[in-house]
Amino acid sequence: MSLRKHHVTTGDGALGALSQRDPSRSKPLLAIEHLTKHFPLQGGLFGRRRAVVQAVDDVSFVVERGETLGIVGESGCGKSTTARLLMHLIKPDRGSIAFDGQTVGVSEGLSQRELHRQMQMVFQDSYASLNPRLPVAMSIAFGPYVHGLGKAAALLRAAELLEAVGLEPDLFASRYPHELSGGQRQRINVARALALEPRIVILDEAVSALDKSVEAQVLNLLADLKVRFDLTYVFISHDLNVVRYISDRVMVMYLGKVVEIGPVDRVYRDPQHPYTRALLSAMPSMDPRRRTRQAPLTGDPPNPVRPPSGCRFRTRCPLAEAVCEKAAPVLLALPSDGTHAVACHVHVPASGHTRTATAGAE
Amino acid sequence: MEESAALAADPAMALKRAQQGKSYWRRVWERLREDKVTLAVISVLVMLLIMVVFAPWFTMHDPYAGSVLRRLKPVGTPGHWLGTDEVGRDLWSRMVYGGRLSLLAGVVPVFLALLIGGFLGILAGYAGGLLNSAVMRLTDVLYAFPSILLAIAITGILGAGLQNTILALTISFIPPIIRISESVTTQVRHLDFVEAARASGARRLTIMRYHILSNVLGPILVYATSLISICIILAAGLSFLGLGVTPPSAEWGLMLNNLRQSIWVSPLVAALPGVMIFITSMCFNLMSDGLRQAMDVRL
Repeated sequence: MSLRKHHVTTGDGALGALSQRDPSRSKPLLAIEHLTKHFPLQGGLFGRRRAVVQAVDDVSFVVERGETLGIVGESGCGKSTTARLLMHLIKPDRGSIAFDGQTVGVSEGLSQRELHRQMQMVFQDSYASLNPRLPVAMSIAFGPYVHGLGKAAALLRAAELLEAVGLEPDLFASRYPHELSGGQRQRINVARALALEPRIVILDEAVSALDKSVEAQVLNLLADLKVRFDLTYVFISHDLNVVRYISDRVMVMYLGKVVEIGPVDRVYRDPQHPYTRALLSAMPSMDPRRRTRQAPLTGDPPNPVRPPSGCRFRTRCPLAEAVCEKAAPVLLALPSDGTHAVACHVHVPASGHTRTATAGAE
Repeated sequence: MEESAALAADPAMALKRAQQGKSYWRRVWERLREDKVTLAVISVLVMLLIMVVFAPWFTMHDPYAGSVLRRLKPVGTPGHWLGTDEVGRDLWSRMVYGGRLSLLAGVVPVFLALLIGGFLGILAGYAGGLLNSAVMRLTDVLYAFPSILLAIAITGILGAGLQNTILALTISFIPPIIRISESVTTQVRHLDFVEAARASGARRLTIMRYHILSNVLGPILVYATSLISICIILAAGLSFLGLGVTPPSAEWGLMLNNLRQSIWVSPLVAALPGVMIFITSMCFNLMSDGLRQAMDVRL
């Protein structure tokens, strides 16, 4: 079957004009700098500020155009908050998001509405993310409709997208979410995300709730759509195998911080941060000779209301020393490989950590 | 070329299908049609309404013309098939005319409370934050009193009469409706599909119109219909206590109060207004149950 590229351009002029692409190819598609979100914990009669949860703390990374960036980490490490911050569904406390060189939400930059044209999201809960009172075609058509496409044209676009995600429009357009299976609903959600012809799609645990065979189908669909519509993905998951399968680069988060980021093969083959190492060693191997020998991490992550001083991982880290308590490590590219960065004192010769030499020799 | 032609045909057909697809309310109606009990109950209520509105067509006697000679005739008396009351007025006529006030006092307060309370509740639920706190704390203050006590207090202050009864009942039904609509709206607002709608760049009002209201109005409406039966009983209760409509108006609660003294002389006649109150409130209750089931899309 040919790539039905013409789907993208069948819309009418209003949307077509909006999707004119910037030719500047040098800048990353998405640049996030010092992104921070602390949620106040309210208590007492008048909702006084009791404490803050440091959900995302000083996170910086870039997403190159055309790549798939995987984000992994335990639950509660700030993956989903990062996704919602990227979408501007919640306002960041600090930091900036630049889309294609234009900062989002400042007067001279990109407006939120324009951002939403370019960036869309697929949610984890396929049922809760569809309006139970709307036929699915209308859910898909809603985005184009609010962006000025006429009702009939928007529904036509919805029918095309249903076809694109492998659902027969004739059969499915007028169905309600409760009349579909989980996998079909998630296809609808993908179609809804693509309805505005975005350039980047954030997939927040988009396949985590599906059973394995359906998950594989949806993953293959995502891979196909990426090529066909020239998309960039930010793929958030706690499933390390899935992330390895779909991602070009992977970012590991722990307690609201980025601990390691790099090309997926390199990070999986030679993890540099002790947390990444623990995470990957917890992954069951198909090869009995490579079974897990190292003891996986014990205990829960510390309370994000009062994260440990210095390095946040030090309370569970096998390499923790006095220096880890004093200073928080900075995310730095490895000297041997500029694309692979890690936030650990062991990799900084001048940090005062006693294991720096041995780690550096690896 | 062939392929793109086939594709062009498909979406157009799909579009047709999608537009022909049954809307939500059509589906509700189809399900309601299957439910015989609810249909029966609704037809009883419709009959009652017709009878009450066109009362002169269904009665032969003036409901206010009494006669000492015809006092307390039993059920089945020729010319007065439901008998007469303690001042000799035709009971059938008074039952039909009394339904006017009773239904009015039962439906109008709930309707008004639905408008006011529903608006405030949905607003508070959707806006959240300070507005929500303000509305809900105010509701809590009113909620502290049981609705019958609140209604008695208000009519006690304002005096008896139909208007004051309606006002008092309206005020006492606003808090529960605010509470229900606020909680339903808050629940819906935090669902992912509202987030997804925000992510598509829709404005707040658009989201409200297409995503919030359709999910919120059903449950609120069902709850309000369940309040009608309570309201009819409360209105009758206020009249029974002498705080509602004043004699000689025909109203079921008031009739019950007046005939109460004759319960040993002609028990059947004395019980009839109570039976009407029972039947009507029961019908409204069953209708609300039926609506609840028909509106639940997941069943």
